[in-house]
Amino acid sequence: MLVCKNLSKTFYPGTANERRALCNVNLSLRRGEFVVIIGGNGSGKSTLLNVVSGAILSDAGRIYIDKQDVTFLAEHKRARLIGRVFQDPMLGTAASMTIEENLALANRRGKTRGLGSGVTRTERVQFREMLRPLELGLEDRLTARVGLLSGGQRQALTLLMASLRDPKVLLLDEHTAALDPKTAAKVQEISLQLVREHKLTTMMVTHNMGDALRFGDRLIMMQEGRIVFEAQGPEKQALTVPDLVEKFVAVGSEVIA
Amino acid sequence: MTDIITGAVALGLVWAIVTIGVWITYRILDFPDLTIEGTIVAGAATSAILMTHGVSPLLCLLASFGVGALCGLITGILHTQLKIPALLAGILTGIGLYSINIRIMGNTSNLSLLGTRTLIDRFANLRGIKAILGLGIFENVVNKQNLAAIILVGVVVVMVIALCTWFLRTSYGCSVRATGSNPDMARAQGINIDAAKIVGLMLSNALVGLGGSLLTQYQSYSDVQMGIGSIVIGLASLIIGEVLFGKSSTLRSLIAVAFGAILYRAIIALVIQAGMRATDLRLFTAITVAIALFSPTAIQQVKLLRGRVKRRGDAGL
Ligand SMILES: Nc1ncnc2c1ncn2[C@@H]1O[C@H](COP(=O)(O)OP(=O)(O)O)[C@@H](O)[C@H]1O
Ligand SMILES: [Mg+2]
Repeated sequence: MLVCKNLSKTFYPGTANERRALCNVNLSLRRGEFVVIIGGNGSGKSTLLNVVSGAILSDAGRIYIDKQDVTFLAEHKRARLIGRVFQDPMLGTAASMTIEENLALANRRGKTRGLGSGVTRTERVQFREMLRPLELGLEDRLTARVGLLSGGQRQALTLLMASLRDPKVLLLDEHTAALDPKTAAKVQEISLQLVREHKLTTMMVTHNMGDALRFGDRLIMMQEGRIVFEAQGPEKQALTVPDLVEKFVAVGSEVIA
Repeated sequence: MTDIITGAVALGLVWAIVTIGVWITYRILDFPDLTIEGTIVAGAATSAILMTHGVSPLLCLLASFGVGALCGLITGILHTQLKIPALLAGILTGIGLYSINIRIMGNTSNLSLLGTRTLIDRFANLRGIKAILGLGIFENVVNKQNLAAIILVGVVVVMVIALCTWFLRTSYGCSVRATGSNPDMARAQGINIDAAKIVGLMLSNALVGLGGSLLTQYQSYSDVQMGIGSIVIGLASLIIGEVLFGKSSTLRSLIAVAFGAILYRAIIALVIQAGMRATDLRLFTAITVAIALFSPTAIQQVKLLRGRVKRRGDAGL
């Protein structure tokens, strides 16, 4: 479904600030596979997701989604294939627009946006049904501006928007890191629900070791722009937090918890 | 006195159209667009020259609308394709327009429309309108031209508000709003934000061009200097409108902004009546805008301090 071949990215090349963010990264995800990515600060996790989404152009390498070469496809054209949730809850939604308008924007990913109604009546019904299972009361606040919502509510809404048009790939970049533990758990639960329901091919970056062990079919650890450890299936299931800490120490990264 | 009031309202309605243009860039697109100082003149000059050649004033409105859209297109391309910062892109187009505007008017810096029949003249002479203007309640109004202008431009303002409200609720209008509100999110949702910015700039400047056309038809002249300070006048009107009449929805904001423009003209008429020198007006406007821009921060500060004092009181300190 998603294939990354020899991806490399260096920021500010040839200067004192040179930063190798990605170094020959090879990765391929099967349809419906859920990969969890961990690694220290600055190890290149976000850069990898940004290169996949098209927010950043890699220096070398290729990206294929569903066998289509998207390496040079502009970010907004690639968006129909990709759903994204950012770490900052403010980034995923338009604060001055209403809940239903935000959802409708996402519902038109990959479609032409013309002079028809911005939110149709059928969409309104559909959105209400989609919001209800979240149990956040948002289904009764369709015309409320998103700026009025809490960080957790905004992140849940962003998740819904990201999964709306059955994206080929879902990218979650520490999307619960800015939330309090209780809200984070709730948002994480919603994420899993959506991933399962739509059988989404997913890449999730997390700082939470527990989540990294609990979720996903495969675990990847990054360090200095490289994939330094990988585990899947029974091997992943057997992993414990001390094992991960040991791996971190082995690759010389600071330990995160 | 009634003539002063009707004059202020008529001029205010013309400026309402310009202010709605400013609102689209400043509030919806989050793009401080200085192009309009040149666009307003381009609209005025286009209509003026066409009218002296006998083109129908109604067609002139459309021509100025189109020329305005073109001005917005240029700034949009400078910004999105050549990556020139927003403020500078607008200034560049505006400066360039100065030369173009003089050429449009046939190599003069001003053009008089005395002797040509403007849209307002024609409108005032329609049989039905004549009857309305002759009604007893308008007995005190000496300048019937102002009354005709109020009705005519009032209708145009209502149409502009309807057009903007409709457009901003369409699917494409929503993507323009998303682009202004959160460009990262817009891109992630597959919106071509460069195109959306260009469309927003074109609509805004088209309205400013239309305003320029009505201004020249109302004043019966066009002058290459008439755009100077228009961005500040637009901002002053916009802020006065929003503060007094609210901005809870798109429609509400548009109506508020239109009333703001009328009120601004009324205030100016009053201070002139009170004896302020015409050349001091710009200073007056600049100070008004500075105060208006500062007031939300000031209100916040006062609230913060009050809360502090109150909490201290509660704690028994
Ligand atoms: N837009 C950018 N411009 C310059 N340097 C960047 C940019 N994004 C990331 N980097 C650098 O690339 C490296 C990898 O960063 P990132 O991918 O954000 O790491 P992670 O998400 O794993 O914490 C870091 O050294 C960071 O400073
Ligand atoms: Mg990161």
